[in-house]
Amino acid sequence: MSPNLTLLLISGVLFACGIYLLLERSLTRVLLGLLMLTNGVNLLLLTTGGYAGLAPFFSKGTDPRSYSDPLPQAFVLTSIVISFAVTGFMLALIYRTWQLGRADEVADDLEDRRVAAQSGWVPEEDADVPADLSEFPSLVEAAEADRAALAAAPHAADLPDDAVLGDAVPLAAGPHDEEEPE
Amino acid sequence: MNLASLAPLAVVLPIFGAAVTFLLLRQERAQRIVSIGVVALTLALEVGLLASVWGGGTVAVPIGEWIPPLGITLVVDQFSSLMLVVSSAVSLAVLVYAVSQGIADGDKDGPISVFHPSFLILIAGVSDAFLAGDLFNLYVGFEMLLTASYVLLTLGGTTARIRAGVTYVVVSVVSSLLFLIAIAIVYAATGTVNMADLAVKLGQLSPETQVLLHVMLLIGFGIKAAVFPLSFWLPDSYPTAPAPVTAVFAGLLTKVGVYAMVRTETLLFPGDALNVPLMVVALLTMVVGILGALAQTDIKRLLSFTLVSHIGYMVFGLAMSSVIGLASTVFYVMHHITVQTSLFLVAGLIERRAGTASIDRLGGLAKLSPLLALLYFIPAMNLAGIPPLSGFLGKLGLIQAGVALGTPMALAVVVAGVAVSLLTLLAMARVWGRAFWRTADDADNPDPALLAPARRASMPAAMVGATAGLVGLGLALTVFAGPLFQVSQAAAKEMLDRTPYISAVLGSDAAKLAASHLNQPQGSALPGGQAPGGALPVGQAPGGQAPGGQTPGSQPQTGAKP
Repeated sequence: MSPNLTLLLISGVLFACGIYLLLERSLTRVLLGLLMLTNGVNLLLLTTGGYAGLAPFFSKGTDPRSYSDPLPQAFVLTSIVISFAVTGFMLALIYRTWQLGRADEVADDLEDRRVAAQSGWVPEEDADVPADLSEFPSLVEAAEADRAALAAAPHAADLPDDAVLGDAVPLAAGPHDEEEPE
Repeated sequence: MNLASLAPLAVVLPIFGAAVTFLLLRQERAQRIVSIGVVALTLALEVGLLASVWGGGTVAVPIGEWIPPLGITLVVDQFSSLMLVVSSAVSLAVLVYAVSQGIADGDKDGPISVFHPSFLILIAGVSDAFLAGDLFNLYVGFEMLLTASYVLLTLGGTTARIRAGVTYVVVSVVSSLLFLIAIAIVYAATGTVNMADLAVKLGQLSPETQVLLHVMLLIGFGIKAAVFPLSFWLPDSYPTAPAPVTAVFAGLLTKVGVYAMVRTETLLFPGDALNVPLMVVALLTMVVGILGALAQTDIKRLLSFTLVSHIGYMVFGLAMSSVIGLASTVFYVMHHITVQTSLFLVAGLIERRAGTASIDRLGGLAKLSPLLALLYFIPAMNLAGIPPLSGFLGKLGLIQAGVALGTPMALAVVVAGVAVSLLTLLAMARVWGRAFWRTADDADNPDPALLAPARRASMPAAMVGATAGLVGLGLALTVFAGPLFQVSQAAAKEMLDRTPYISAVLGSDAAKLAASHLNQPQGSALPGGQAPGGALPVGQAPGGQAPGGQTPGSQPQTGAKP
């Protein structure tokens, strides 16, 4: 027994187009991509049932092997129902996106952008503790210390952690001095 | 009659409740009573199920008396019933919290009235996934809970939620499609989707096909469980949802993925074919997750990252395929469902009390609300694994198992696990130091609510009560850790043995057959009949035969049992 090549080829084409569309930023195309993928999977499920035999209604005296396998068809039916519901929901989401922002695109996560852009240096946690150890440093002191450290080392903006330690700059310069003679 | 044969009710009751609450859309009060009643009833039923299989005993419930492997089979064993009880207990607490929040905010007939039906469908989906005895029913369970979760995540349809919802829906649909493709290929290769039957038949496939199917299933479940390279959707989508929704998602949805991974690793593909890759994944999940958590300032996002990170522990226990490792995973899943949910509920309370969940803008909460501080402190320490709490016990078991295994990879994960639990402590302590310990004056631009005297409506008693109940459940897991760990161990033994599961569904002959395949060196018994990779292994498709027709003694009968 050999699988149905036509179905497999169509399913492959659907997969390829579906994945291409899924990678787009426009939501409508993403939805179309999902639909194509779903249908590709449905065809794949259908091919797993083997060749198309008789309709699987029981009649006496028929060889059981001549029926087609009804189980994959039941799978496909379930999968179609589910993808129908999800498509409806996605359409509602897309419409709502359009209502809210007049845009049909996958939006950026702003909080994510903010976290990515923030400096690794947090005044409250990373600033020098004052010698008298009285309390946490105030934000003003910490900001001043930061500014002073920045002024001392122009490159320190790239390495904020080093900038916090007042003596980090001469230390970091140390190895270079040793390398130069070599 | 065995109580376990009532297992389908764990799925049917919530669906029935969902239908009733949907009819009662305009009657808020009746909706609340019905949904809380239904969840409580389901919980009681599941406690009964757990009691009936406690200490050993697996029960298969064939729906409509179809003889397995035909038809749908629900399987109750110790692992699934433990998961059911913990998940329903957590859902009940979250439901009380959500109802109380709704009453406090006085939202009349908004879109919020869809909350109850969706929430109940979610519970039905989770129960179905835990009980499913065949892959396709597992898929249907996943789809039920996912579809409900789409609605819950986008409640209200605000810009942020719609944005998060789109990502979440697309990622979930893709993961479901991967799972469905895996089901298709499994069916093509074996002619069955019944998990017990697969346990017998997958062992007869060539090793290449086995690895292909194994990896496909694990990727499908891995997206749902938010395992490292597949975890980026989670911190992106969860934090925007309402607090109770995020809490129940964090507690249950990823754990359903972990549950499915456990079943795949123990029942379908026993042995250690993919143990090392799984350990690498576990290590990366732990480390990348917690590093993400340390960078966050929003408490809900921070908690989402710790959620991802701690999935790594569960995968680690699973990857060792030893009794103690798997038992620790079972225990850790119970612990983590409870603790992570209570932390998200506390984050919701913080947001209500202080007007923000950003730790930069918070301060002085310990003085403002000592009760809230206590409710945060206990689960936070529990999550970080401070002795003697349950998080410590779970991690201890995992570390013991790792050291006992002793391979370099396992030891590396053990070291990473200890480091990650310290980093979790750091992340939790950062929240504690900023939000609770420092004075409100130190906060950047504190919300007026933080400086104002307490309003009655900001922390309704039932919301605090539900959170406290869940924190109490977390402590109970510590107090009763002895018996719970014993039952986890028994569950792990059962799962690694496979015989109880297979013989409950298919009878003891099938179990013997499965064990005999396992003892053979893999693939050597088969002539290399199947093309590895590329070609679809349809060669073994039943082509005309009824599914499962190869199994001795099972003929396609129409329901009527002799």
